[in-house]
Amino acid sequence: MQHGPRVQPGAARLQSCAVQVYVVHRLLLFVPTLLGASLLIFVLMRLVPGDIAQILVYQTGSEQSSVQEKQIKQIRTELGLDKPVLVQYVTWLGNAVRLDFGESYSQRRPVRDILLERFPRSMELAVLTMGLAMLWAIPLGVISAVRQNTWLDYGVRVLSISGLSLPIFFTGVLILYLLVRVFRYLPPLEYSALTENPVENLKQMIWPALAQAYYISAPIMRLTRSQMLEVVRQDYVRTAFAKGLSDRAVIYRHALRNSLLPVVTFIGWWGGRLLGGIVIMEIIFAVPGMGTALVQAVSYRDYPTVQAIVFVMALIFLAVNLIVDLLYGWLDPRIRLA
Amino acid sequence: MSAVAAQTRRLLARQPLGVAGAAVVLVLVATALLAPVLAPHGPKEAVFGQFVPPGREFPMGTDNLGRDVLSRVMWGARLSLYVGLVSVLVGVTIGSLWGIFTGYLGGIADVSSQRVIDCVMALPPIVLALSLMAAVGQSVNNVILALTILLTPTAARTVRSVALGIAASPYVEAARAAGTSHVRIVLRHILPNCLATYIVLVTTNISYAIVVEASLSFLGVGAPPDEPSWGGMLTAGTQAMETAPWLIFFPGVAISLAVFALNLLGDAIRDIADPRLRGGLG
Repeated sequence: MQHGPRVQPGAARLQSCAVQVYVVHRLLLFVPTLLGASLLIFVLMRLVPGDIAQILVYQTGSEQSSVQEKQIKQIRTELGLDKPVLVQYVTWLGNAVRLDFGESYSQRRPVRDILLERFPRSMELAVLTMGLAMLWAIPLGVISAVRQNTWLDYGVRVLSISGLSLPIFFTGVLILYLLVRVFRYLPPLEYSALTENPVENLKQMIWPALAQAYYISAPIMRLTRSQMLEVVRQDYVRTAFAKGLSDRAVIYRHALRNSLLPVVTFIGWWGGRLLGGIVIMEIIFAVPGMGTALVQAVSYRDYPTVQAIVFVMALIFLAVNLIVDLLYGWLDPRIRLA
Repeated sequence: MSAVAAQTRRLLARQPLGVAGAAVVLVLVATALLAPVLAPHGPKEAVFGQFVPPGREFPMGTDNLGRDVLSRVMWGARLSLYVGLVSVLVGVTIGSLWGIFTGYLGGIADVSSQRVIDCVMALPPIVLALSLMAAVGQSVNNVILALTILLTPTAARTVRSVALGIAASPYVEAARAAGTSHVRIVLRHILPNCLATYIVLVTTNISYAIVVEASLSFLGVGAPPDEPSWGGMLTAGTQAMETAPWLIFFPGVAISLAVFALNLLGDAIRDIADPRLRGGLG
């Protein structure tokens, strides 16, 4: 490509057309996939042995059976459980579009309020985790590649493979244990909002973010390293060295820039694992986010809440993947025609 | 020197980490198989007082219900490997067959199956498993079911792309030109060539399945609390972390060691089984 003739005007038009087709294709898939995922969860939730109304009534533990029968019937009508699943789904979807996710059984308030309250907290944790992970993973990956097969390289590789092997819930519990037992420090267990008390907020959020960032950083390190090793062997890097540029300029301006492209896609792939990890981290460090709400809702069998949270998580995950795909096409022009 | 010994030596020289991983995995499998004989006590049996620190009688101490931690860790290996192996074998096998057939058939079958896979994969894995567990209820077999549902679509997608490549290769074209039936092409040409990918998927997913099982049990929605799951033991330990740190230490180390060894072995098997990735720079 580099030595080829300049791209013809016609080819350029074709190329921008291909970009548009690609973007439209991606956007068109977004909504059906989200609908499919939400339908999947909806049907799953209705596969419950026994039904929700029964579970709800027997939990309250009232004595008389005729009263219970009546209650069960009433709840069924209230929740629309007497209608076919597909009708129920369409009703749910119609309400969800208007941001009405029904009433939470366990918290006795609209699910929308729970989402609005919890969503920013979980997103803060996710962004903090990703940011921390990249902060040290990318420089370490570069160092590891530049000093290939030295003790530094081996050290970084051992660090990354051990990061992948420690399950995050164990890392989280270990960090909590070290803080409490060794450093005699208990991170705040009461949540304070980032906007009201940023210091207290970070004091609580930094530990779960660190614990998961250790895990997430391992593959980023490996990816950066292998990409750097590949790019460093390319002709244009040799040219850059040959024309007398400093090592630093070649590595950071020429090699690293091109190595980081796959790292962008990585964020999309691992978005799902990141969200799953957030659930676990919130539980360990008592962060009242979406994950805590989800686990709580699962244990109370609070279906409207489970459904809404899973829906929102699928939405985030799909949106991140869409953005990453579009970003990748923009960053790397070669992808557009592929 | 015999041929086998020479081969072992070459393997050791080429894949030292893989061999080390295999050794640990062997110990793990032996522990899992022999748990009923090796473990000093039953996994659910209260043997002594609560929170006895590690000592001569109980090398890993006892837990909040007075059960022997060493025995529970050993039985935990059995549970982890059982869940991991069964779910991965079932999930990856179904997924691979699904991927091969839809990939080969192409057309509407392929497109629709890809869209279904999109939908399943739009849900973060742990979140999907969590909601599945909410629907079907807590039990070891339901964890296996949830994991199988988690693993099938990913396997289908990976194997499909491999099968597509094989289906487009000249020798399949030649076979088709020679009048070979579709069934025979799939069985004789495509299926055997997907075997390497299948093996790699199985070995690399076992550690993942074990971690997801432990995560679910850690969150209290996986195996029931009295089952000796490493994840569940860790939860119990977290509640008593200040007085009885051994309750988090031993199960945590057990699971990390198992995952580490399985990862090393999986990497080595990938290098050996998939020649395209051999000698990679990673």
